[in-house]
Amino acid sequence: MREKAVEIVLFLCAASSVVITIAIVGVLVYESLAFFRSVPLILFLTDTVWTPLFANPRYGILPLLNGTLLTTLVALCVAGPLGLVAAVYLSEFAAPRVREIVKPTLELLSGVPTVVYGFFALLFVTPLLQKVIPGLPGFNVLSAGIVMGIMIIPYIASLSEDAMRAVPQGLRDGSLALGATRLETAFRVVLPTAISGVAAAFVLGISRAVGETMVVAIAAGQQPNLTLDPREPAATITAYIVQVALGDLPHGSIGYQTIFAAGLTLLLITLIFNILAFWLRARFREAY
Amino acid sequence: MAGSALRADVISETRAPGLDAGQIRGRRLREKLFIACGLASTLVGLIALSFLLFDLAADGLPRLSWDFFTSFPSRRASAAGILSAWVGSVLVILVTAIIGVPLGVAAGIYLEEYARRNWMTNIIEINVSNLAAVPSIVYGLLALGLFVYGLGTGRSILTAGLTLALLILPIIIVATRESIRAVPYSIREAAYGIGATKGQVTRDHVLPAAIPGVLTGIIIGLSRALGETAPLITIGALTFIAFLPDPPITSEFPFISFRWLFDGFTVLPIQAFNWISRPGSDFHANAAAAGLVLLALTLSLNALAIVLRYRLRRRLQW
Repeated sequence: MREKAVEIVLFLCAASSVVITIAIVGVLVYESLAFFRSVPLILFLTDTVWTPLFANPRYGILPLLNGTLLTTLVALCVAGPLGLVAAVYLSEFAAPRVREIVKPTLELLSGVPTVVYGFFALLFVTPLLQKVIPGLPGFNVLSAGIVMGIMIIPYIASLSEDAMRAVPQGLRDGSLALGATRLETAFRVVLPTAISGVAAAFVLGISRAVGETMVVAIAAGQQPNLTLDPREPAATITAYIVQVALGDLPHGSIGYQTIFAAGLTLLLITLIFNILAFWLRARFREAY
Repeated sequence: MAGSALRADVISETRAPGLDAGQIRGRRLREKLFIACGLASTLVGLIALSFLLFDLAADGLPRLSWDFFTSFPSRRASAAGILSAWVGSVLVILVTAIIGVPLGVAAGIYLEEYARRNWMTNIIEINVSNLAAVPSIVYGLLALGLFVYGLGTGRSILTAGLTLALLILPIIIVATRESIRAVPYSIREAAYGIGATKGQVTRDHVLPAAIPGVLTGIIIGLSRALGETAPLITIGALTFIAFLPDPPITSEFPFISFRWLFDGFTVLPIQAFNWISRPGSDFHANAAAAGLVLLALTLSLNALAIVLRYRLRRRLQW
């Protein structure tokens, strides 16, 4: 009898996670539906101007989406190569002792609060970049993206390394026995075998960059900007939500509803990336 | 060892007529170059971290004094401090821990020890891994819509603690499950063999054996909550708080008060963000100092968790 009660309580705790998900989706959809009653969905997706708080409001998510994807792209350009090379090194070359020291240190990096990274981007990286690129504005996508890239290196490196370490030793032995060097083995045998696991690591890194808030809110500026030039300032979806939350908008106003529509867009994008990563990993697991 | 490596060299050079010694040296050189690149890429994060620390220390260290910890925020940068921020952080984390830890650990225990393989369990499992990937700011929107306006808990310490508890729930669940899974099955069987019930086995044997890993997960989760800014900004946490919450201990009966749960608050990362976003550089030193305090806290918590995990992993071997 008591045993059963314990099990039921534990089950309710586990089920609470499902309730949270339902609540998240419920709140976002409920407020967004109110928003889409006043702004047609097609306008939301195609208008190229986002000025919901102006006297003459326009509600096109594209500039914010553009800012989000541009910062993510810059971050990926930094974290992709570095993370991959670090992962190959850690998985195929590093001595166990080196790995034992490096891995915990990488974990430590993920403990740095993002607001501190934001400070670093705005007051250290941006001035540094301004020396190289004259005329770079104080808020810009480049600096925020670079710092965000540094932030997700450990993430990509560690997940990719796990995927590569899971490749059976026999494949490496076979390649080495044919006279390939360890480097050739790493890039022509191990990496192709682990490719879907590595791709999943990249996709999860992207998803994290898309949802990152503080670095971009601090260093990339608050101006929605439809541009492909990383030297310009551009607000992201997350930065917009922060901006609105800071200025106290009345509950139920359309301005208040915009952040839920923006949040729903964000959730959907990260969901797509996460499903993609899930699928890639499942494929990788199937192979071995 | 060295001898056999040498012999392998000889073999590869004599058995591969298509390759001359120069080509082989080239391939070796490329490998050495790559190792150097690999080491450098691995260290980039570390180098960035040291620059970050150096930068923060250069700007913020002069501001760190006793007064900085005992002063409220102020319009004058030189007089401003983080008293309300660190008190707020402590209280919010307390609420987060009280709600998030039991819930997360219990959920982890259920999924690992009790759950039957059925569709319900599958849904919960997929759901937990999805929750872990939801951007933190979305939790803020949930809290704004549900707690602040739906349940009417306001922009309070309670709301903030609840929000962060939901945010770290997946971290604690995953850590609990992993460490429970690492407990060998023979321990359970031995306990069942002498007549223990499932509850007793879990409480008296599985959980104690898994506690180091669970603890590591809890510490990492709480450190994450401590550094989280975005969801708290979203619920509209005020940034200029020049008062402390209601004291939890009162002089009259019943001596304990929970009114502080409903007070407005600020936390360290929000205070730091507020100071960063002010125009002009006066407040930037304050931001750096607050960032330094925050970084010291989260890094030492993380270091503690990592040390805990690696030491216990070495000691516990079945």
